[in-house]
Amino acid sequence: MKTTFKFAVGSLMGLTALSFSLSALAQDVTGAGATFPAPLYAKWASDYNKATGVKINYQSVGSGAGIKQIDAKTVAFGASDMPLKDEELAKKGQIQFPTVIGGVVPVINVKGINPGQLKLSGQVLGDIYLGKITKWNDPAIKALNPGLALPDADIAAVRRADGSGTSFIFTNYLSKVNPEWKSKVGEGTAVNWPVGAGGKGNEGVAAFVNRLPNSIGYVEYAYVKQNKMNYALMQNAAGTFVAPDDSAFKAAAAGADWSKSFYQILTNQPGKDAWPLTGATFILMHKTQDKPAEAASTLKFFDWAYKHGDKTAEDLEYVAMPAVVKTQVEKAWGEVKDASGKPVAYK
Amino acid sequence: MSSTLPVSHPSHRSIEKVSGRAMTNPPPARVPRTGPFVDRLFGWAAKGAALLTLSLLVAILGSLVVGAWPALDKFGLGFLTSTTWDPVKEDFGGLVMIYGTLATSIIALVIAVPVSFGIALFLTELSPAWLKRPLGTAIELLAAVPSIVYGMWGLLVFGPILATWVQKPLQALLGGIPVLGALVSGPPVGIGILSAGIILAIMIIPFIASVMRDVFEVTPPMLKESAYGLGATTWEVVSTIVLPYTKAGVIGGIMLGLGRALGETMAVTFVIGNMNQLDSLSLFQAANSITSALANEFAEAGEGLHQASLIYLGLVLFFITFVVLTLSKILLAQLRKGEGKKS
Repeated sequence: MKTTFKFAVGSLMGLTALSFSLSALAQDVTGAGATFPAPLYAKWASDYNKATGVKINYQSVGSGAGIKQIDAKTVAFGASDMPLKDEELAKKGQIQFPTVIGGVVPVINVKGINPGQLKLSGQVLGDIYLGKITKWNDPAIKALNPGLALPDADIAAVRRADGSGTSFIFTNYLSKVNPEWKSKVGEGTAVNWPVGAGGKGNEGVAAFVNRLPNSIGYVEYAYVKQNKMNYALMQNAAGTFVAPDDSAFKAAAAGADWSKSFYQILTNQPGKDAWPLTGATFILMHKTQDKPAEAASTLKFFDWAYKHGDKTAEDLEYVAMPAVVKTQVEKAWGEVKDASGKPVAYK
Repeated sequence: MSSTLPVSHPSHRSIEKVSGRAMTNPPPARVPRTGPFVDRLFGWAAKGAALLTLSLLVAILGSLVVGAWPALDKFGLGFLTSTTWDPVKEDFGGLVMIYGTLATSIIALVIAVPVSFGIALFLTELSPAWLKRPLGTAIELLAAVPSIVYGMWGLLVFGPILATWVQKPLQALLGGIPVLGALVSGPPVGIGILSAGIILAIMIIPFIASVMRDVFEVTPPMLKESAYGLGATTWEVVSTIVLPYTKAGVIGGIMLGLGRALGETMAVTFVIGNMNQLDSLSLFQAANSITSALANEFAEAGEGLHQASLIYLGLVLFFITFVVLTLSKILLAQLRKGEGKKS
């Protein structure tokens, strides 16, 4: 009995020593933040682990919590769906860079209307969520959809109950295109919604819309694709009606000028193919690193993801960053330095 | 009466027996005794455990007050009466959530207490012996279902049923009547205060029912048998013997259920609709509760007033729970005062 115990303790100590020596060789990294890119980061992390043996732990706790954790330096990187303004970054001594692009899509559940048949403009979408347009056969909707049989039914608006980057993209867009929305409600991850039932998470909104007749909601593009939901076309800044897909998100990303600042909100971008409800998701890191080894490991991971992760991103319905932007991001990584001011070597 | 009977003295006999054994038997093997030091150590440990709980409570209260301070400072008690919740303009008030929490819990109790009482009564008094164990276990198993499962079920299965079979007929029936009509107005979508209350009721029934059953079972059979012997019906036995004997336990069980209803988060989030409005007091209207608001908004709330207001809500919930517990103690004390009086 005693010998077994001794043996167990001995082997346990051996294992601990072994794991210590491993972690000394390849620094494990922990990050936290946005839930929107979480499935992708998890997949990237497991692929990266297979390729290199380094473990990346990503806690999907929400953008706000991710920002809090990176400020407190409890994680190596934070992730946020809402970019921070340049002056705020400078004050905190952090850099941010985009990883992937995604789209938010209005989804509906109206009998007799098939996916992609209904056309909406930002103005009308805003008025629906302001409670000004309450019927599906409202003249404003009819004007956009001549020839579509719209029912004389109340619109049941559904929105996110939890604070989320998806809501941020949605409300940011409405603030840009609907003046009344801007003055009455504004933009943010959580706002004071004038109407609408709140579902928890994308799955909550999707479930509500699928269940409630004559409802409208908004979810991430991946949910539309996976659940084959009934989506609406949106009128973009150029005046054309576009369907949500990878090329429309890419067109929106191409319209932005990333060269001066990564603070780019991709809603309502010019370009005749651009999807108006597009947004990038961001990573936050400290410029001056107390733990350069950890920072190097983090940068190595994202460098690997930029080079080998595009296919995975597309499989999961995200859009990879254009090559130009990736080069600009790599330049920005030079700003991550150790305490002595030497750039962290990640290559 | 007893003095006329020949009295035996069992106590005497037993003493003789004990002393006799002590005389003849060899002394028992010596057990090493713990010294007074170990005794004292145990005393300290026990006292420490009690104090630790108390200090944790004080620490929670303290950190809630500190965290909520910016909101307490800015909104004061007006927070409790304001219905605005605007994270963009940073104007917060908690009345919608407080109302939602109280209304759903009250609905849950109104449904759960009679049902639980019925279950407990059936299991202890009426059920055939072979059914008692499986039925009791089944009810206790309900308590082990994770709350998110109740939430999803409520949203996807129960909500539509409630909308089509309860809300629409009720609206048709009560539509024109002034007060009752307002109580059932709104879109019949199966989410809102009523659905949340019913889901909560289902969730707390196992807790209340199993506590009630356990306390009903400890009623001395002698009392019950005497009542039956005097010709009492089952209902008379329960209402005049079992309930008065077990009232402390019954109220304790109800309070346990109420505490759970007040604090339940996930299931409520799914079915309450999460809408910050109090324009209509309709039971079918989407609303919000304290725990649901906390669960939804805490992760994304930035530092500052939004977070402080959420913590303020937590403080309010703490206070509500405290008041509920105090009220139950007062109720018990009142009931005890009435004990022994003729009714």
